[in-house]
Amino acid sequence: MARKLVMGNEAIALGAIHAGVNLVSGYPGTPSTEVLETVAKQNPGDIYVEWSVNEKAALEVAAGAAYTGARSMVTMKQVGLNVASDPLMSLAYIGVKGGMVILVADDPGPISSQTEQDTRHFAKYANLPVFDPTTPEEAYEMIEEAFDFSETYQIPVIFRPTTRICHGCATVDIREGRRVQRREGFVKDPKWTIFPKLSYENHLKIEALARELSNVFSTYGRNAVEGSGDQVIVASGVAYTYAKEALTSLQASCRLVKLVTANPFPKDFARSFLQSASQVLVLEELDPVIEEELTRLCGEDGLPLTICGKHTGHTPYAGEYSTEALLEIISSYLSVPYERPSLPPPPALPVRPPVLCAGCPHRASFYAVKQAMKGQDAVFTGDIGCYTLGNAKPLDMVDTCLCMGAGITIAQGLSRMEPNKKQIAFIGDSTFFHTGIVGILNAAYNETDITVVILDNSTTAMTGHQPHPGTGRTMMGDISEKIDIEALVKACGVKCVKTANPLHLKEAVAAVSEAASFSGVSVVIFRSPCIALFKPAVKMEIQDSCINCKKCIREIGCPAITTDEGRVHIEPSLCYGCGLCSQICPVHAISGGDSK
Amino acid sequence: MTFNCLMTGVGGQGTVLASKVLAQTALNAGYFVRTSETIGMAQRGGCVTSHIRFGDDCASPAVPQGCADVIVGFEPSEAVRGSVYVKPHGIILVNTKAIKPITSSLTGQEFHTDEMLAYLRTRSSRVIAVNGEALYTLAGNPRTLNIILLGAGLAEGAFPFTRAAMVAAMRQVLPEKLWAINEKALDLGLSYLQYQ
Repeated sequence: MARKLVMGNEAIALGAIHAGVNLVSGYPGTPSTEVLETVAKQNPGDIYVEWSVNEKAALEVAAGAAYTGARSMVTMKQVGLNVASDPLMSLAYIGVKGGMVILVADDPGPISSQTEQDTRHFAKYANLPVFDPTTPEEAYEMIEEAFDFSETYQIPVIFRPTTRICHGCATVDIREGRRVQRREGFVKDPKWTIFPKLSYENHLKIEALARELSNVFSTYGRNAVEGSGDQVIVASGVAYTYAKEALTSLQASCRLVKLVTANPFPKDFARSFLQSASQVLVLEELDPVIEEELTRLCGEDGLPLTICGKHTGHTPYAGEYSTEALLEIISSYLSVPYERPSLPPPPALPVRPPVLCAGCPHRASFYAVKQAMKGQDAVFTGDIGCYTLGNAKPLDMVDTCLCMGAGITIAQGLSRMEPNKKQIAFIGDSTFFHTGIVGILNAAYNETDITVVILDNSTTAMTGHQPHPGTGRTMMGDISEKIDIEALVKACGVKCVKTANPLHLKEAVAAVSEAASFSGVSVVIFRSPCIALFKPAVKMEIQDSCINCKKCIREIGCPAITTDEGRVHIEPSLCYGCGLCSQICPVHAISGGDSK
Repeated sequence: MTFNCLMTGVGGQGTVLASKVLAQTALNAGYFVRTSETIGMAQRGGCVTSHIRFGDDCASPAVPQGCADVIVGFEPSEAVRGSVYVKPHGIILVNTKAIKPITSSLTGQEFHTDEMLAYLRTRSSRVIAVNGEALYTLAGNPRTLNIILLGAGLAEGAFPFTRAAMVAAMRQVLPEKLWAINEKALDLGLSYLQYQ
């Protein structure tokens, strides 16, 4: 046993290793990424770990492993489960042999996501059990219980931490060793082949099992009640810790219920506190899942209770919770005094939206396309990754962004309805492999006139530099053959493919002009590594010949270029020497200096 | 005893590493420690915060507003943004060097360190302004700002630890090749008053 400060995602990974997981697959996505990375880093040697090409592939790989009796885990963020929902829904009917955990991290806020969707709905929809930890230390214990639970009932289980659990660190006692599983191997049986008749029979079994699991969860020790009184607060996830903190601060007492299994809903456990309650408030981030279950149970049992929460206007639907937010909600609910301290208003503060890093090759790619398309009617469809930040001024080059891979296909719909406009889709290399290939194939087969710009920076940058098929590295530390993007798009039927270095502005603009004037699908591959992959060799400096026209500031928006007492200044600690600014300076007053 | 500290700055300034060092020091001293920080999209030049809590009563991952014993502001305007967390008579340690976002250069909206410090002084009587730029220039690397600020905090008694305890934690958190420069940074921070 060693006492360590670990991040929630590390705790989950260490718990899974101790539980004897044999295979971990996933696709990177904030806030889930560090789970798989930690398993790879701490791999005792016998765990197979892979970043799969997308979440659907990852879930199927993990399911196949679990068919052999091995323990497997698949990791993704909440929107990743949308991609993996096809195998998820069917796997709930088929079941598993070895314990299988589907780790899906939700992101209240959202802090780094497209949606605030609640994975507990997916658990209900697919009829799968869901575990919802309240702290990193609880997640460490709970992940092992989730594996055991999955194996006992032969169904995959969803493990659903949220951002503050994933990225919060806590003091955890890490157990030594690892539970070794004896595996029978895959045994051929008609039960592994989904078929309408089998699905009907299994549907009956699933519903019966859900009733049984409701009883099991009613005695699960992590669903717990503390305090006393007829006023009840039911809380889940990190909201439970905010509630505890708020109650201490208010010196208020009530019964506080921690509920960590929203599905199958532990009805008998809920009855134990509902029957003696005068009022009930539910505190859960995202959707009113527990609230609705409690309301329904009151209806079933004929209990004359109002369940207060989102539907009743007591708590907000959107955004993450905090101790401050709950202080107001709880104090008004329990009628205890609380006054929010009034502070003097602060001076005007600068706005700091996230921006593309200084030296980021995506900035040069966007600028090259902007220059090439100057004066033409064009729509720029974007995608998910660092390059979504190309939406910010002064680049202003992302007109749409929907979900992974959608930029290429949205462009096709736009083009069909507005054929006189040029449609240019941007997609990063990892996103291209994830779901972009299908879009290119669709455009080529249907002969749609669009240009796709693939931003190949040789990594999955936004989530922290994970390998993908174009990098030639795997999570097992092996060197694999790189998948050649150029050959791949040609094989998809694209006749016009240009490759250029975006940091060579003239060459880059010419490549875009040529591709955009091609009738049919054309592809430009902009190849230049993410700045996190190398150290700068030179730094740019402003020469005395600078006329202070500020074109560099107005046009490219590099965070290293600012004004200092009215004069243009390049901050040496930020500059990566990409040289884009030197190529647009009208008087050639920016040049590469020493790297020091 | 519960100790709450909030570190605020701009993505890339090293708040995460500073929070790791402080957390490791507390862990070594036998405390139950909790931390929480910004990871992901917001890191790219955006505002970042780290919450470090240790002691008996820290259920949640975030320091509640008005409860921070210490605010470590890596940048003056970010210190102001974080100042809602400081408790009455808490310490606000602030680096005086401002970082202008690109939006500021594009719109011409300026802000000044003096104005930020004046506001901070309305929030607490214990505002400690540190000339981080002068100190990291002496240390030889702007990336040492985080450890310099920890050193200045030690000098002011902001953290309940000794220099030796923090050095031991730094050695656990940092690779060996970075020990010397960071110990130098810590000592520069400890003697920050000489370089104001």
